[in-house]
Amino acid sequence: MDFSIILSQTLTQAIGITAIIYCLAAIGLNVQFGYTGLLNFGQVAFVAAGAYAVGVIVFTFDLSLWLAILVGVVAATLLALLLGIPTLRLRADYLAIVTIAASELLRLLVRSIAFKDIFGGAQGLNGKLGQQFHDLNPLPIDFQPLPILTWTRQDIWVVIVGWLLVALFTLLVWGLVRSPWGRVVKGIREDEDAVVSLGKNVFVYKMQALVLGGIIGAFGGIVWAVAKQSVQPDTFQPDFTFFVYTILLLGGAARVFGPIVGTIIFWFLLTGIGEVLSQAINAGYIDFLSSTDVGSIRFILMGLGLMLLMIFRPQGIFGDRKELALDAR
Amino acid sequence: MPASTLDPDAPPGRRAAFAALADVDCLPGSAKPDPILVADHVSRQFGGLKAVDVNHVEIQRGAITALIGPNGAGKTTLFNLLTGFDKPDSGKWTFNDRQIAGTAPYRLARMGMVRTFQLTKALSRMTVMDNMRLGAKGQTGERFFASLLPFTWKAQEAANEKRALDLLARFNLDAKVDDFAGSLSGGQRKLLEMARALMTSPEIIMLDEPMAGVNPALTQSLLGHIKNIREEGTTVLFVEHDMDMVHDISDWVIVMAQGEIIAEGPPDAVMKDSQVIDAYLGAHHDKALTSDGAALTNTPAGDTQ
Repeated sequence: MDFSIILSQTLTQAIGITAIIYCLAAIGLNVQFGYTGLLNFGQVAFVAAGAYAVGVIVFTFDLSLWLAILVGVVAATLLALLLGIPTLRLRADYLAIVTIAASELLRLLVRSIAFKDIFGGAQGLNGKLGQQFHDLNPLPIDFQPLPILTWTRQDIWVVIVGWLLVALFTLLVWGLVRSPWGRVVKGIREDEDAVVSLGKNVFVYKMQALVLGGIIGAFGGIVWAVAKQSVQPDTFQPDFTFFVYTILLLGGAARVFGPIVGTIIFWFLLTGIGEVLSQAINAGYIDFLSSTDVGSIRFILMGLGLMLLMIFRPQGIFGDRKELALDAR
Repeated sequence: MPASTLDPDAPPGRRAAFAALADVDCLPGSAKPDPILVADHVSRQFGGLKAVDVNHVEIQRGAITALIGPNGAGKTTLFNLLTGFDKPDSGKWTFNDRQIAGTAPYRLARMGMVRTFQLTKALSRMTVMDNMRLGAKGQTGERFFASLLPFTWKAQEAANEKRALDLLARFNLDAKVDDFAGSLSGGQRKLLEMARALMTSPEIIMLDEPMAGVNPALTQSLLGHIKNIREEGTTVLFVEHDMDMVHDISDWVIVMAQGEIIAEGPPDAVMKDSQVIDAYLGAHHDKALTSDGAALTNTPAGDTQ
């Protein structure tokens, strides 16, 4: 077994581009679910909105990437309004049903043949989507500070800007939740009627949280399109949202650093388990599994880990057990 | 009807309310000299059951009015309708002479009409202080963009905090400031909910069964708090089904049964009203039980609604 490869792969994933995408989605979900208590089961739709904004504006219409980012933010806002206006006045579970349905609807829409000219159908949009961003790369040509991380110069540029975005949004969320605004949304999470009875327009606060969380999620999609230079409809499956929930619960919902810690641990474990298993199978230590099973086994083990976490530390890594133990009614 | 008497050392708020209500007729829907809340033809039907059917009712400003009645009389439903938490099938009502039927509940709270709930709604996973801060009205820091600029709301926050501490001290919760609301006892949560409602500086505070599930010792102090609220000039309307509690603190009593208002008057008079006794104990309460169970039909049962 080659532990340097295992470590290299695992670290690269744990703090790499994929981690950044999930982390941004989780920061958005933390605003919606963690603080405000909105059961958004369609966070992937906001990520897709950001990614497809880049794809459509840059690839289909051959316009500027900066315009695409603006369009991504507008698209996420519109999507949040569209989902929120009919459902936020209803009970929380309705939002859950509507968002999961909407995220699938959106995916099927962009992969449909009818809109192939715009969204590229099942193949998606593949081209130099992030060229304008990569042209700004200030790093020297042979830049490779840590050989253990298997990143290209282009990847490192995305990773630096990506983590800066994560830091920026984390700072924004921190600023919001420590303010009276954050107190109102936490109150809504605890008991909506009580907050209404104190004269707060709960609908507006829930909408603000949904829009903000959606926009942060859309930035995950923008990073995705720019880094991978392609958008494909079938990468935006509902399981993306559930991984984001896993990350959030792992790190601790309603904790400012929950999404960051959760993301790093999630990808570290997921990749680490996979790498260790493949190496062990290839080296002949495990003979009842084949290397093709690894992909599923690592998710089974992740699921098991999540169950153990919920049983023994339901508040996540950062959560406050005392707070969780209280009767939430 | 025998006139109520006034305790010689009653506080000024009680004296004022007593004097104002002295000449009011003891009839359902009677006119009050200075009503803060006036409701007309308010009705609400749940399936085949007419839960509320109130023709006319007025609530006197500056007094403690009790809304009593047996279980299922429609007290809480009327409360929910008046505060906008439920929509009536018909009816109009005014608050300070302003039509408020159909107004969103959060707007009513801002206008000065605040309510509490029968099942206490303390925000469990927030501290007692955060619960109190949430009650303050017109906070700059509750606006999305302003919230990111602490210098725009720090001073206001400090002022609210000071007011919250004063209120908490009055309600004997000052030792619990930093505890989670969920760690308080049932009675303390009732106190917190009342203190939080007062943070909105209401004109009328509507308490839905403030004494339910509270131990006798704490009930006495709760009654004291409610009287103090009146002495500070705030109108109190509260729902209760225990007549003895009502007798001690209310200036005026409105009795509901089967969705309608059946009697009104000062506590002494109302308690002697035969209709009220019938509503509570059943019309045949003085007759022997018959084999077909006729005397049991009016037995209070189930939860209040």
